[in-house]
Amino acid sequence: MEAFTVLEAIVAPLDRPNVDTDAIIPKQFLKTIERQGLGKHLFDAWRYLEQDGKQVDNPEFILNQPIYADARILLARENFGCGSSREHAPWALADYGFRAIIAPSFADIFANNCVQNGILLIRLSADEVDHLFHEVAANPGYRLRIDLPAQEVQTMGDNRYSFPMDPGHKHKLLNGLDDIQLTLQHEGAIRAYEAARRQSAPWLFRDAV
Amino acid sequence: MAGKTLYDKLWESHVVLTEADGAVLLYIDRQLLHEVTSPQAFSGLRAAGRKAWRIDANIATADHNVPTTDRAAGIVDPTSRLQVDTLDQNCAEFGIEEFGMLDPRQGIVHVIAPEQGLTLPGMTVVCGDSHTATHGALGALAFGIGTTEVEHVLATQCLWARKSKSLRVWVDGELGRGVTAKDMVLAIIGKMGTAGGTGYAIEFAGPAVQALSVEGRMTLCNMAIEAGARSGMVGVDAITIDYLRGRPYAPVGRIWDQAVAAWSELHSDADARFDAEIRLHAADIAPQVTWGTSPEMVAEISATIPDPAQEADMVRRKGWTDALAYMDLQANTPLSAITLDKVFIGSCTNARIEDLRAAAAVAKGHQKAASVKVAMVVPGSGLVKAQAEAEGLDKIFKEAGFEWREPGCSMCLAMNADRLEPGERCASTSNRNFEGRQGAGGRTHLVSPAMAAAAAIAGHFVDVRDWSAK
Repeated sequence: MEAFTVLEAIVAPLDRPNVDTDAIIPKQFLKTIERQGLGKHLFDAWRYLEQDGKQVDNPEFILNQPIYADARILLARENFGCGSSREHAPWALADYGFRAIIAPSFADIFANNCVQNGILLIRLSADEVDHLFHEVAANPGYRLRIDLPAQEVQTMGDNRYSFPMDPGHKHKLLNGLDDIQLTLQHEGAIRAYEAARRQSAPWLFRDAV
Repeated sequence: MAGKTLYDKLWESHVVLTEADGAVLLYIDRQLLHEVTSPQAFSGLRAAGRKAWRIDANIATADHNVPTTDRAAGIVDPTSRLQVDTLDQNCAEFGIEEFGMLDPRQGIVHVIAPEQGLTLPGMTVVCGDSHTATHGALGALAFGIGTTEVEHVLATQCLWARKSKSLRVWVDGELGRGVTAKDMVLAIIGKMGTAGGTGYAIEFAGPAVQALSVEGRMTLCNMAIEAGARSGMVGVDAITIDYLRGRPYAPVGRIWDQAVAAWSELHSDADARFDAEIRLHAADIAPQVTWGTSPEMVAEISATIPDPAQEADMVRRKGWTDALAYMDLQANTPLSAITLDKVFIGSCTNARIEDLRAAAAVAKGHQKAASVKVAMVVPGSGLVKAQAEAEGLDKIFKEAGFEWREPGCSMCLAMNADRLEPGERCASTSNRNFEGRQGAGGRTHLVSPAMAAAAAIAGHFVDVRDWSAK
């Protein structure tokens, strides 16, 4: 997993609340058995139109505006990523090129899945997010600098917004770590727990019932 | 010291260790696998040369992609077929038990695990599917995870987690006739909002919850995620124990007695404290119909569609306006005036036997409206289907002009051939009315099975409490 430290990039605004994972990546793209290649289907239903049986870019959709072609930061509203647990949603966002999402709140499972894929989720207050939406609208090519070690979003005018962060998630993102290897360092503790449970609750083990 | 919540008890009994920063390594008793969110997890294991930690903790079935017609003919769509074949191969390679597509026990993963006794009280249950919350109905801690975490559980039997806050939803009184667990949970979501439960584990409690069957409790817990909560749960009582007795994978004999004694502790203590509490009165709950593109956009059947212009919060106002445009609906229209193109009775929310009984009781002796193109009944499992057929429910549906299908997720998310065409409007017993959920451009209204059956016959929404059963 790619480590995340500091990112300075263009911000794309997606101004709607409750953006669900069906909207991020519709079900027809969940049939893949790969992790890669989903970026072209990100926000598929909003991003493309059917014209004479062909798929064309929807000029109304924000990511289709040339000014956001290099956006790496997504600005969103509350409850972003609600709905299904499909990790295809962060896979699609990451494959498209988004490394960070700023919103007042994120759905729990989506948030977990983002950490697994090196996407930084930044929770700012609804007022701060609202202010950033105004800034993006008023300043074409608006950029932000995100400093994960300092847990700060910095504007080019040097306004700073600090954001909260789970220390474990921060450590993982900063170092691009794979969980399984870390967990297996605790193999002894897992085996000991399991042995005790076999005694106290044998019905949890199918070979014991 | 205050007593413990059910969530406290479930959480504490699964802590393997706690890191200095507060992260907990949580032991997972049961993992359910299906074809959509597992292939990349198995590839990850294979790439790292890892084995499954504890094979017997896992159970697999194909449900999202499977056809609901002519099962023996196989899967026509090559990408769907590849996913199902991949699951078969992965289960064979890693030694994991699978209920394959032609197994009579196959069905929606959240229907079959409780049905088989594979979900037991006191367990931690995970699945790469957000509706895993369903299993909390049996007094388990159950939640959805992503594919990387599926791989992590396969490899380590654990997950890194942090404890959520606790929220109790207390429902007093008694549900009225024709009002179901589905209406209860939609009313709860209407009150809490779809983000109201974010960061919380929900316990559903109170006399109206205790009065529900395990099937009804599953409907309730299933949609905890639609209120933003990863897990929903109900304390164990005699109804839970009766449900589990004799299930194929439930313990027997001395171990059963030992288990029942332990399970009887699985409820919140009388003096337990919750971080938040919401109260509803069951008698105030009427049959519910969603009108928008989020489950919180819901109202009772007698209501009219709200007017975004009356909403003071600008973000919400825009959300409602976008939703009504997508749904092609006008503010102030009575919900009973909404006409349907299709009706779907199924999904992990409402495809258990009592759901089919409720729908059949409404459909019996009536005819589907000519304006409704398809009314589809998709049982939750092969065993639910067999039970329904033994009771003659299939005949009732077919005589009423409904289609009787094979089990699977079907038109809840339209990964198989069952879907809405652009612009079609559907009364659905499923759990999500998101844009395009049931097919690109499709419009979904969430309702109970009885309300869906009544809408199929009338051609528009009606109050099922006024229905004259034949």
